[in-house]
Amino acid sequence: MNELLRILLTVVGVLLGVMTLAPGLIWGERRLLALWQDRCGPNRVGPFGSLQLVADMIKILTKEDWIPPFADKPVFIIAPSIIVTATLSSFAVVVFAPGIAVADLNIGVLFFLAMSAMAVYSVALGGWASNNKYALLGSIRAVGQMLSYEVFMALSLMGVVALSGSFSFGDIVEAQRDLWFCVPQCLGLAVFFIAALAETRRVPLDLPEAESELVAGYHTEYSGMKFAMFFLGEYIGVTLNAVIIVALFFGGWHGPWLPPVVWFLLKTLAVIGLFVLIRASLPRPRYDQLMEFGWKALLPLALLNLLATGAIILARGG
Amino acid sequence: MTQQAITIAVFLAVGLLFWMVALAASHLARPRRPSATKETAYECGIKPFGRAWYQVHVRYYIYALLFVLFDVEVAFLFPWATIFRRLSGFEIFLLVDVLIFLVVLVFGLVYAWRKGALEWE
Repeated sequence: MNELLRILLTVVGVLLGVMTLAPGLIWGERRLLALWQDRCGPNRVGPFGSLQLVADMIKILTKEDWIPPFADKPVFIIAPSIIVTATLSSFAVVVFAPGIAVADLNIGVLFFLAMSAMAVYSVALGGWASNNKYALLGSIRAVGQMLSYEVFMALSLMGVVALSGSFSFGDIVEAQRDLWFCVPQCLGLAVFFIAALAETRRVPLDLPEAESELVAGYHTEYSGMKFAMFFLGEYIGVTLNAVIIVALFFGGWHGPWLPPVVWFLLKTLAVIGLFVLIRASLPRPRYDQLMEFGWKALLPLALLNLLATGAIILARGG
Repeated sequence: MTQQAITIAVFLAVGLLFWMVALAASHLARPRRPSATKETAYECGIKPFGRAWYQVHVRYYIYALLFVLFDVEVAFLFPWATIFRRLSGFEIFLLVDVLIFLVVLVFGLVYAWRKGALEWE
């Protein structure tokens, strides 16, 4: 009974944490962007505009949730919930601190990769079901981009797995007690970071929804709560990737003085800040540049990283 | 393992519940005022013409093929990565093994590169 209560508490705790962090990130990102671009940002609703989010939620709830008569209706409705489910489920395998995890699967990293591949379906189906030319173009771009970067993402994690000898997030963080993997795996971290940007379709790699070419890309025809789901799915994805980067490369909960969970949270916020800084500073590449960069630079780099990691482990004698 | 699977299922169910509630609330709160103009696809103000389910560039198909090729490679490399540190004394063989495997695959990549499969034209 005690065990059951503990599990339920972690489930609700992790969900509440994600559900506050991800929407809070929308406000945080707008404030940070404003800071870095020398603007004011949202500052009217509540202290420092922090209630802007509540206002937006009320607004989006009362907006017309339009389903186009020419769309493929069932697919149109299902698509946005796939992205939320897929990104949310990855949080179940992350270990936030010793003992604080929904389920520390022994195939945690594989589970994360599988679920981030599921997000492709959401974008592909949503854009296709809209029966809109911009939406179709956006979704087909998203599929090409996300499938390609999925490969580099998985390959870049291979070094981490080789160093720790496990897929479980708990074991991987434990293996970083003495040295965070961002040092021996700096190449893997760079590849993973770029792949994470492409997977979450963030600026500068937001080609599936490039406003200047495709209006809003795959969610052009979406409105109301379904649009909010796509939007939130993206922000949950950003939070998830930050959490994964912290757990796999920046030593997870390890750190002096403060309690482990606080360290994990602080590191996650720092990585999210880096995501926002990149959004504020970098321009968007062309689609062919993005794909060529991936296949011609990231793939060889990831393979090289894997071989170098193997050789170094061998040279240091296990 | 079973218990973990059940826990993840519970996690997903509670997560989905959030969304069911959100969708239901919006279903109750939203207005519905259809009009003739609103019922057309958005094409930047121009009257939409033709269908939208049309053919796409063959490039995307080639990337899908490359994805299948290299993602299967990843699936083969993962077991190698987990076992690498546990077999002390055999690492040199494991490294040579994976080197041969990667050389074959890099050869495939170079072939695709030379054939122009990675160019966008």
